[in-house]
Amino acid sequence: MTTAHRATPRTRAARPAPEVATRRADFPLLATRVHGRPLVYLDNAATSQKPQAVIDAITRYYETANANVHRGVYSLSEHATAAYEGAREKARAFLNAREAREIIFVRSTTEGINLVASSFGRTNLGPGDEVLISAMEHHSNIVPWQLICEERGATLRVIPMNQAGELLLDEYERRLTERTKIVALVHVSNSLGTINPVREVVARAHARGIPVLVDGAQAAPHMPVDVQALDCDFYTVSGHKMFGPTGIGMLYGKAPRLEAMPPYQGGGDMIRSVTFARTTFAEIPAKFEAGTPHIAGAIGLGAAIDYLSRLDWGLVAAHEADLLAYASARLLEVPGVRLVGTAAHKASVISFVVAGVHAHDVGTIVDQEGVAIRTGHHCTQPVMEFFGVPATARASFAFYNTREDADALVAALAKVRQVFGG
Amino acid sequence: MTDLTELYQQTIIEHNRSPRNFKKLEHANRTAEGYNAICGDKITLYLRLEDDVIREIAFQGSGCAISQASASLMTSAVAGKTKVEAQALFRAFHDMVAGGADAAADPGTLGKLAAFAGVRQFPARVKCANLSWHTLRAALAAAAEPVSTE
Ligand SMILES: Cc1ncc(COP(=O)(O)O)c(C=O)c1O
Repeated sequence: MTTAHRATPRTRAARPAPEVATRRADFPLLATRVHGRPLVYLDNAATSQKPQAVIDAITRYYETANANVHRGVYSLSEHATAAYEGAREKARAFLNAREAREIIFVRSTTEGINLVASSFGRTNLGPGDEVLISAMEHHSNIVPWQLICEERGATLRVIPMNQAGELLLDEYERRLTERTKIVALVHVSNSLGTINPVREVVARAHARGIPVLVDGAQAAPHMPVDVQALDCDFYTVSGHKMFGPTGIGMLYGKAPRLEAMPPYQGGGDMIRSVTFARTTFAEIPAKFEAGTPHIAGAIGLGAAIDYLSRLDWGLVAAHEADLLAYASARLLEVPGVRLVGTAAHKASVISFVVAGVHAHDVGTIVDQEGVAIRTGHHCTQPVMEFFGVPATARASFAFYNTREDADALVAALAKVRQVFGG
Repeated sequence: MTDLTELYQQTIIEHNRSPRNFKKLEHANRTAEGYNAICGDKITLYLRLEDDVIREIAFQGSGCAISQASASLMTSAVAGKTKVEAQALFRAFHDMVAGGADAAADPGTLGKLAAFAGVRQFPARVKCANLSWHTLRAALAAAAEPVSTE
């Protein structure tokens, strides 16, 4: 039984937490109309919408503070540097890292994982060594490890899951050996919604001295993240999935781990001194931030973090749990709908299939009703293969969504039957 | 507002439900695979080509209604046609679903394939309609690599 099945709410009346209802107005794009109807945005796992505060912070930076960082002695550059480093401090607080230098600004989760796979992998992986990932990883936590394993003669191993989409911890334990050099795991699955027991996974790896990287792309928009409590070695997120801009993300790494790793990219800003014979590298985090960074992006991300820190996360959690339970129950009322991913511990991400109708046709039809959902393999082809489906439709809810959004999806799904008959 | 019934014409729904020529041709002398990486739509096309005439054609695969119906109608349309005729049909079909405004094909030449005229209003679905045709082109050219509509 899943949480969703257990708590089947019968009342149709939407009653979003007052907190949440007023927050909707902070997101200008949510007022858009699509095909003449109000947009119902249920593709938050792909990317979230941005509050006005984030949009304004980026505009304000370009209008009043644009200069390169870490370079000029003039006051404008000093201001830009202070704003950029200020964003790093916000990021530290957001993830509860010990020190700001443990936060590397990257382009995205994808780049964060590639950085660790390449930099950690080049120095720690050799023939016969193993990298352990899970059966529900996003391609971005599979392919970088495949590339480095191939280069280093190492092997990629996989922790299996059950039919609900939950990790099999005994199987995990069995795959932790003296050959395992790193474990890389998704915190919240983007295609199944599963929330993985990261603390437990980290504790078991650490018992054998194995470091753990956590892909937090889908966790950050749904729950407070505390990297010290999780005790993971690396944690990476994308700004655009947590109400911030595209093109910016954060990689957290424990300082001793980052210090022991070679640079990922070379260039300006990451050096101490350069001669043609030899270069010495800057300290972290600069060592991993070659070239002019995405200054506006970091500032926008800082504004998103400020915004999130003003939310009441207890209310958000209750509201999202209500949305998950309500939407799951309503979807199951639709003839032919089956949920894919029924873990006991889930975020408000719901994958489903409609019997006899391909997910792409479902996506096109509900779009005509103004409902935006994702359809396809969600960059998790092995998950689709495991569940024996070519693709799923996925409705992913953010705190600004409401029960009415779920109702709109269900109403739109009725059109699928109209078109396809049956 | 674009009308869904223009996209999902009855012919398309019907061919999706019971696709024609959906089988493996044991004595095919040309095969090609088509794959749409974004959607995961897949088809395998089997041809028996003799003297540049498509004597027999069949397909297998899985995907959305547009891609499956397109493969069904495409195989029906090109069976018995010469390579050159099939290529001309592909051009006309492509113009109809994805060509510029002035490229609107004469529906007369397309017969039942005109059911896909509505696809041009759904740019995200053009690839689905074209997949089987790209695969046909690969099979006629005897390309060994799987084709992709990316
Ligand atoms: C779980 C998970 N990991 C990684 C990523 C990659 O994120 P990005 O494309 O922002 O690098 C995503 C995005 O879809 C995701 O959902």
